[in-house]
Amino acid sequence: MIILVDIFLWSLDAVLMVVAAVHGSAVLRASAREGAVDYLKLIPRIFIGVVGSGYLAEMLPQELVARWLGPDSGAMGVAIAVLGGAFTPGGPVVGFSIGAAALKGGAGAPQVIAYVSAWALFAVQRVFMWEIPIMPARLVWLRVAASLPLPFLAAAGAMLLGRP
Amino acid sequence: MRSLQSEPALSLAPQIQRRPRRPFDWSTATIGVVVSAAAGFVYLRDGQARFLEILKTDFSLFIDMQPKVLAACLIAALVAVLLPREQMSRWVGAESGFLGLLIGTFAGVILPGGPITIFPVAGAFLAVGADVGVAIAFITSWTLLGYSRALVWELPIFGLDFMIWRSIVAIPLPIIAGILGRLVLRFLARRDARE
Repeated sequence: MIILVDIFLWSLDAVLMVVAAVHGSAVLRASAREGAVDYLKLIPRIFIGVVGSGYLAEMLPQELVARWLGPDSGAMGVAIAVLGGAFTPGGPVVGFSIGAAALKGGAGAPQVIAYVSAWALFAVQRVFMWEIPIMPARLVWLRVAASLPLPFLAAAGAMLLGRP
Repeated sequence: MRSLQSEPALSLAPQIQRRPRRPFDWSTATIGVVVSAAAGFVYLRDGQARFLEILKTDFSLFIDMQPKVLAACLIAALVAVLLPREQMSRWVGAESGFLGLLIGTFAGVILPGGPITIFPVAGAFLAVGADVGVAIAFITSWTLLGYSRALVWELPIFGLDFMIWRSIVAIPLPIIAGILGRLVLRFLARRDARE
C-alpha cells in the first residue's frame, strides 16, 4: 500500500516534469531545483517533528487523555480536542503525530478526528504565518468562522458511522 | 525563477510570492526546545532502553517518509510554475451557485501542493469573480481532503484505516463551509446596510 503511494506520487512527478520539459528545459531545471531545495530545508523540521513527537506522545499523561478525550468523553471531549487542535503549533508532522499518540493513549477516534480537523482548518499559528500575509484578511476571518463547526460535524459523522 | 519570466507560455501566471523558507526559524526552534525537553524527561523517567526504542521507531518512520516528502516538494514546485491559474479561475469563477461549491471542492481535492500554491489560487478565484463560498470550499477541501497532505503525512503516521474514515467523514464539509461562508457574508452585508 505504502509502495503504491510512492509510485503514485512519483508518476505524478514524472508527468509534471514532462509537461515542464515541454515548456523548456529552463522551466524544468528551475522548478526541480526549487522543489529539491524546499525538501532539503524541510528535513530538519520533519526530523524534529517525527522523532520529537514520539517523545511528546510518551509524555502525554495517558490517564488524563483517556479521561478527557476517551470514547466516553462525548461532546466535551470533542470540544477539548478542537481547542487543542487550534493551539497546536508546527507543521504537518506535529499535529498528526500528537493525534496518533493520543489515539494510542486511549483517546476516542471521533475526538482525534476533531483534533486533527481543527488543527488542519484553523491552527492559529498557520493562519497568522501563512494565510493572513497572502489572503485578504476579511476572507481569512470569514473562512475561519465558517470552519468553526466543521470539526464538530466531523466528530459527529465519525460517531454516527461508528468507524474507525 | 528569473529564467521563467522570459518564458512567454507561462507569463500569464502571476509570479508566486514565495515566503523565504529558512531551514530553521523561531517556531521550529521553539518546537525543538519543547521536544528536547520531552526527550530528556522520557530518558530520565523511563531509562535509556525506552528512550532508544522510541528513537528507533520514529527514525525508521522518518526514513520511510523521505521519498514521499521529496516527491511532494517536487510536485508542489512544478505545479506552482505550471498551473494555468487564470484559466482555472475563469473555469471556477464562472460558476457560483451550488455547482460552484462542487467545482471548488473538486479542485481542492485534485490540486497538489502546499499553502504556497493553494492560497494564491484561492486569491485568483476571487480576482476573477468567484464568490467567497467557492474560495472557502476550495481551501477547506484542500485542507481536509487534499490527497498530498493525506498521503505524505497522514498515511504514514496514522495508517490507512484512520485516513480513509477521516476522509469519508470530511467529504461534505467543504460544501457546508462554503454555504456557511455565504450566509455569514450575507449577514454581515445586511448588518452593514442597516448601519
